[in-house]
Amino acid sequence: MTTPDLDTAPERRRTPVQRLFGANTLWIAVVLLVLIAVFGALRPDAVLTAFTLQTTLVETSVLLVLSVGMTYVIVTAGIDLSVGSVLVFSGVTSAMAMNALHGGNATTAGWGVVFVGLLVALLSGAAWGLLNGLLIARTGLPPLIVTLGSFGAALGAGQLLSNGSNVAGVPEVLGDGLGTGTWFGVPNLVLTAAVVAALGALVLGTTVFGRHTYAIGSNEEAARRAGIPVARHLVRVYLLAGVLAGLAGFMALAYFRVASITGHDTDNLNAIAAVVLGGTSLFGGAGSVVGTVLGVFIPAVLRKGFVIVGVNVYWQPIAVALVLVAAVWFDQSRRKARDRR
Amino acid sequence: MALPLLDARELVKHYGNVEALRGASFTAHAGEVVALVGDNGAGKSTLVKCLSGVERPDSGTILLDGSPVAPASPVSARALGIETVYQDLAVAPDLDPAANLFLGRELRRGGLLGRLGVLDERGMRRRAIAAFRDLGVSLPDVDVPIGALSGGQRQSVAVARSVVWASRLVFMDEPTAALGVVQRERVLDVIRRVRDQGMAVVLISHNMPEVLAVADRVEVLRLGRRVARFDAATTTVEELVGAMTGALSQEEA
Repeated sequence: MTTPDLDTAPERRRTPVQRLFGANTLWIAVVLLVLIAVFGALRPDAVLTAFTLQTTLVETSVLLVLSVGMTYVIVTAGIDLSVGSVLVFSGVTSAMAMNALHGGNATTAGWGVVFVGLLVALLSGAAWGLLNGLLIARTGLPPLIVTLGSFGAALGAGQLLSNGSNVAGVPEVLGDGLGTGTWFGVPNLVLTAAVVAALGALVLGTTVFGRHTYAIGSNEEAARRAGIPVARHLVRVYLLAGVLAGLAGFMALAYFRVASITGHDTDNLNAIAAVVLGGTSLFGGAGSVVGTVLGVFIPAVLRKGFVIVGVNVYWQPIAVALVLVAAVWFDQSRRKARDRR
Repeated sequence: MALPLLDARELVKHYGNVEALRGASFTAHAGEVVALVGDNGAGKSTLVKCLSGVERPDSGTILLDGSPVAPASPVSARALGIETVYQDLAVAPDLDPAANLFLGRELRRGGLLGRLGVLDERGMRRRAIAAFRDLGVSLPDVDVPIGALSGGQRQSVAVARSVVWASRLVFMDEPTAALGVVQRERVLDVIRRVRDQGMAVVLISHNMPEVLAVADRVEVLRLGRRVARFDAATTTVEELVGAMTGALSQEEA
C-alpha cells in the first residue's frame, strides 16, 4: 500500500479559475471557438465584425439572464419550465403598472415610473419563483410537474391581465436607456446580462450558498444529514430563478418596447439547452455559470452563422439538437465511468 | 467504574403496533469502542436513531455525562458532540473530500467577504488534509470529486467527517459494509485512533470477528432489549451468537 505524501498536494491545488469553469466546460468552449472560426473562415468580412458581435450579444442577453437562474435550479437536480411564462407575466404587470402610474400611457414617463416598473417586474417574478419553490420544497412534488403548472398558469395570468394582447406604452427613457442604449459602445442590455452572469458565477462558485446548491443536487439526503436546511435552500433557488425571469421580462420590455404575450413559449427549453450545453448536469451536483454563458452562445452563433453563410436557417435547431444530445451523452458516460469504481 | 459518558435506560419506541424497543438500555464510556450487536430486527438501528436524535423514544431516559438529554434532531445531537456515520454513504459525490468534510459547516473568509458568504477554500483544504493525515486516511488526490474515489476511500472520508466534528461520541452504523479487506482494515484503524483520542465509539456491525477485533466491550440487543454485555477480550463469537439468538441470556435489563 502506498501512502501518498499529502504535504505535496497543495502544489496541485485547483485554481479559482478552474473551479469557475468546471470540468465539462473546456470542451464546450472549444466547440464554440471552432464554430466561430469556421464561420469566420467562410465569411471573414461579415462574421468577425463589431456589428455582428453586438447584435448577437444583444439578442442573447435576455436568454442569458434566464439561463443563469436555470443553472442554479438544474445544479440542484431540479428544472424550471416556467421561466418564459414568468418573463411574459412580469413584462405585462410591469408595463401595466407603469401605464397606470402615468395616466394610462407611460410613453412619456420618467425614471421614477421606470424604477417602479422594474420593482413590479422583479416582484412578479419573485412571486412565481416563491410559489414554485414552496410547492417543490414543502410538498415534495416533482419540479417538472410544479413548474409545468406554473408555465401554463403564469402565461394564462398574464393573458388575463392584458386581455390576451400585447401591452404598449413603454416609457421612451426605458427603451432608449436600457433597451437600445450603450455605454462606451457596449449595449446596456449586454452589460446587465454580463453583471448578472458574473454575480451568478461568483455566488455559485465561491460562496456557502453555492456550495449548498451543489450539495443538494449531488446528494439531497447527505445534505440534509449534514444539517443543511434543504427545503429553505430550494425555495431560495427557485425564488432566484423567478426574480431573474422577472428581470429578463423587464429587459425584453425595454428592448422590444412592448410587453409581448407571444414568442416566449420555448424560452424555457432554450434556457435548459444552454445550461446543459454548458456542461451542467441534468442529474444535479455539477455545473457552472461560465459554462452556461458559453452554452447560450452556441445556438446563437449557429443561427447567426447560418444566416450569414447562407445555410437554410431551419438547420439551426437540428444542429443545436445534435450538440445537445451529444453533451448529455457525454455527461452520462462520464458519470457511469465514475460510479463504476 | 467511572460515570458512563452515555447511559440510556429503559428506552421504549413504538412504530404503530410494532414495538421496536422494549425497554432497551445501553452504556458507553469515554475512550472505548463498544459494539452494539443483534440479529436483524433486534432494534439496533432504532436504538441508534433514538440516541442520535433522528427519532425520539416514547419513554426512557438518556443521560450524557450524568445529565438527562433529549436530542430532538441530528443537529441538536451534534451540538452535544455526538456524530453519526451512516451505513449508506452520506457524502456528496460531486464535491471534493474537503468540501464533504466541511459540508454544512463551511469555513468562511474573514471580514466583509465572509459576511457575504465567501468560502475559505484554502483554509478548509488545509485543515482537511491535516485531519486526513491525523486519522491515517490516505487519498490519492484531494482535489477530485469524492465520487471518483474508491468505496473505501469514500467511506474513510465519511468516517473522518464524523470524527473530526465529534467531541464525545461517534455512532458508526455498519461503517465497513461493502468494503474490501484492506479498506475495512483502514476504517478499523481510524476507529481505534478515535478511541485513543478519548472519544466513545459505538460500532454497529454484523461481522462478529470484526467486532471482537476492534471493540473493547460488546452489548447485545435482542427483541428490543439489552440481553447481554461482554468484555471483548474474553468473549468468543459463539457466545455472541448465542446471546443474539436467545440461546444464552445474561441479564433481564
